[in-house]
Amino acid sequence: MTEKSFPSPYDQAPAAGAEGWKDLYAYNLVFQQNRREVEEGKFWFCDSQHWPTVTKPFETIGFEFAVSCLGQYNTRHLLIPPANGIEFRIHNGYVFMSPVGVPEAEIAARVPEFMARAGHYFQNWETLLEQWQGKIHGTIDELNALSFAALPDKVDINDVTSGKGTGPNNDLLARYDELIALTYRAWQYHFEFLNLGYVAYLDFFSFCTEVFPGIPDQAVAKMVQGVDMELFRPDDELKKLAKLAVELGLTGLFGDTENPEATLAGLAAASGGTEWIAAFTEAKDPWFNFTVGNGFYAHDKYWIDHLELPLGYIRDYIGRLQNGQIIDRPVAELVAERDRITEEYCELLSPEQLAAFEGKLGLARQVYPYVENHNFYIEHWTMGVFWRKARELSAMLQQQGFWADADGMFFLRRDEVREALFDYVTGWAVGAPAIGPSYWPEEVERRRGIVDALQQQRPQPALNTPPAVITEPFTLMLWGITSDQIKNWLGDSDAPEGEFRGMAASSGVAEGPARVISSSDQLSEVREGDILVAPVTAPSWGPIFGKIRATVTDIGGMMSHAAIVCREYGMPAVTGTGTASSQIVTGQWLRVDGNNGTVTIVEEHATEERAAEDHVHDLTLAGDAAMQLEQTLEPAGFEAIDGTVFEGSHA
Amino acid sequence: MTTTPYIQFFDGAEAPNHELLGGKCASLVALTQAGMPVPPGFAITTASYDAFIAAAGIEHDIHTLLADLDADDVVEVDRVSAQLRFEIESRPVPADVRADFVAAYHALQARFGEPVPVAVRSSATAEDLPDASFAGQQDTYLWLNGIEDVTEHIRRCWASLFTSRAITYRLKNNIPNEGLSMAVAVQKMVNARAAGVAITMDPTTGDRSKIVIEASYGLGELVVSGLVTPDNVTVDKIMLMVVKRVIGSKHAELVPDPANAGLVELEVSAARRAVLSISESEITAIATIAKKAEKHFRCPQDIEWALDRDLPDGANLLLLQSRPETVHSSGSTADAAPAAAVTGQFGIESITRSLLIQAGKA
Repeated sequence: MTEKSFPSPYDQAPAAGAEGWKDLYAYNLVFQQNRREVEEGKFWFCDSQHWPTVTKPFETIGFEFAVSCLGQYNTRHLLIPPANGIEFRIHNGYVFMSPVGVPEAEIAARVPEFMARAGHYFQNWETLLEQWQGKIHGTIDELNALSFAALPDKVDINDVTSGKGTGPNNDLLARYDELIALTYRAWQYHFEFLNLGYVAYLDFFSFCTEVFPGIPDQAVAKMVQGVDMELFRPDDELKKLAKLAVELGLTGLFGDTENPEATLAGLAAASGGTEWIAAFTEAKDPWFNFTVGNGFYAHDKYWIDHLELPLGYIRDYIGRLQNGQIIDRPVAELVAERDRITEEYCELLSPEQLAAFEGKLGLARQVYPYVENHNFYIEHWTMGVFWRKARELSAMLQQQGFWADADGMFFLRRDEVREALFDYVTGWAVGAPAIGPSYWPEEVERRRGIVDALQQQRPQPALNTPPAVITEPFTLMLWGITSDQIKNWLGDSDAPEGEFRGMAASSGVAEGPARVISSSDQLSEVREGDILVAPVTAPSWGPIFGKIRATVTDIGGMMSHAAIVCREYGMPAVTGTGTASSQIVTGQWLRVDGNNGTVTIVEEHATEERAAEDHVHDLTLAGDAAMQLEQTLEPAGFEAIDGTVFEGSHA
Repeated sequence: MTTTPYIQFFDGAEAPNHELLGGKCASLVALTQAGMPVPPGFAITTASYDAFIAAAGIEHDIHTLLADLDADDVVEVDRVSAQLRFEIESRPVPADVRADFVAAYHALQARFGEPVPVAVRSSATAEDLPDASFAGQQDTYLWLNGIEDVTEHIRRCWASLFTSRAITYRLKNNIPNEGLSMAVAVQKMVNARAAGVAITMDPTTGDRSKIVIEASYGLGELVVSGLVTPDNVTVDKIMLMVVKRVIGSKHAELVPDPANAGLVELEVSAARRAVLSISESEITAIATIAKKAEKHFRCPQDIEWALDRDLPDGANLLLLQSRPETVHSSGSTADAAPAAAVTGQFGIESITRSLLIQAGKA
């Protein structure tokens, strides 16, 4: 039997114009020529969920910190019996990962260690999590305190007279080191609870699949998932502000949200405006520390730095309120649906099974909020501050002539930034010009050319020969990389032409026109009633989820952001289709079946109105069915019609 | 008119009375009253049968013939059976019973623009007949046109109380012949595009979180009697999501034959065999209705359903029958659940175990 494989990274030429791209990255991040045999022996999958576009040299900090800290917790803190960390490489600018298993012989010895360590966390979850809150707030405060102003012409007289003994150059270097160290620290905190959250989820999941073989993944997710998460708070704040604007009669003042200063000034001056501005200011920090991307790119826009974004969303919400639409997430319905699902499964269990089910579900529900909420604290808030400070430093060095554009620094590796910074402080100290301004501008432009060239080519979904079965728990859960998914990528899918298969991540069926979005800058193109098709989505796209009918992504599993957000908004989603966003064209009519994980391009479709009705109907199908049942079965007069019927029901 | 002592329409106001209606009709009345889409029809009550037997004056003959019968004497049982069935099928129906039936038949026909064919099915009252869960198979007469044809088949249903199989069954189980009675269902025929059964549990594992649907083209009789291999679709009962599909060979279908005013078995083309006989939304609708029936009767159900090609999409699913699933659900809930050795405790031990299982290391 011939085994199908993905290409070897060693056989892939870079895109034209990207020759020499490897030199942009640290030696340990690329596939080294003399390690061919070792590297080809591993299966690598592309993590385009977190790194959908080419990472510039400075931006490798994101996956280096994130993925090494993930590994650190599996391997060194918790000693998760079957799983170590995940190796990562950069290839043609894209990030590839390969899970590291634990040798069979070492697994048993790790079990007691894991039980002691993880057990302690589960037993003391609330206390430790409260402590975590303190730690992460402290880290963010420290990051916020950093500043990267240009060095003064002369040392402050007070520093001289006080006998301080060191200059501002010393502080500048220290602050850069601190920027990196604080961020590394935050990423350690990121994984302090996350892996455990997944482990508890997995435990409940395994139990469910054991007692209810074939139970849909979505059922488990819906039972565990909370409905009132901090991750949804930014969007909820926008809705509150929209309602307040309606209440205070300020709706006419959002005409030019592209100019936030003028808009805010206009609001402040209006009658009732002070109250609104006070609410806006209170919501802004921390909740607008929210990226339209995912926290891993220097160019990510954060709401707090681009107030035109939240103001634009507020304007949209006001418009919908004025049209009589309901803008709130259907929280009560979500809770009712969650309770219904849980109750119906519970009814089928024996008393012993029920005790185990309730215990496991209880633990999963206790730990699960972290799985969603951490994202706000790290990817959004911490990384928002990090990138702001990094941009401040890049702009300062641009002022000093190190590069032509404000983003020049991101084409340097972080160790090269420190070199450049030392060059700068040396020039300052010596009183002669630094070397950087005559070296970096040309080099940055050369590198920019390479990055642009790499950007022209999409990555392979994976490299080398896949294993027969994917068992690594985190790969399955976080990335949704299943054996079926790999078959899909290899073109072994038996899906007919015009159909895409992925994970049934959020239930319901909807039809509508496709809107293919490959970057957050295109979000404004999304129209009411569209079906969003994207390589990957970000939680901060929340405000557009009120407009769309369904979501389709290329990558991501049951726990991907698109899946979580869609379940929260009660709309169908199919994730991990592999190639939908590159094959579907904006305007094509799609049918998205979130119950079965299929997306179909519908050649001839019904009228818009008809589809809209279908949508409303289908979205609420399961809930409706339950409701109807309650109603039709209310009169209890039919119980005793048949003795044989009753026999079974008393079992 | 809807109700007399002899007739009860499924959608009449009276609560289902098992004594009077037999299991099948009682269930159809209950389902109709619960708002389920049951094809319209009426029950010829056990009072009709009782009046018929009384008027025919054959009650004494019945007892005498059955009195000293040996269940193992197959030849004698067959002889008695044939004689009793002849007695029943050849006697006239009393005038008042007949009048009520004729009125009901016309009232049913009056609901439609043109004359519709009907199905006639027996509806036994208790353990008078072998294995209640075979009831659907034994006396079902399809696509009957015209009142005389219907009357004749009603008598045939009555006579079926005395098939050799029924007689032997009662003898072996010491079920007395006193008080034997039989109701009959007369129901508008469904012009089924696809039909089949659904069980509100997975009969192979006993997993009650599943609904297993069997579906094939045409009328459901070929599925019920096992003459075709139907499509087999497993649905999660709580989420109403499909978890497994197996396409069956379903080589034949039973469809109306306008030329002969009856039914004809046709071969199914290769292209139609290769795909599921029901759509995704039809699967959801069938599962929903099966779940509804289970909730109504408060125990796992085995339903028969059909998609009527004369009705519009979304309103074309009909429920023909719902009865307790008798094979698996007789035990307790706990026994019915999969026998997997699930650890009762939760906490770090079971979490560790789950991790190892997930990774294939335990």
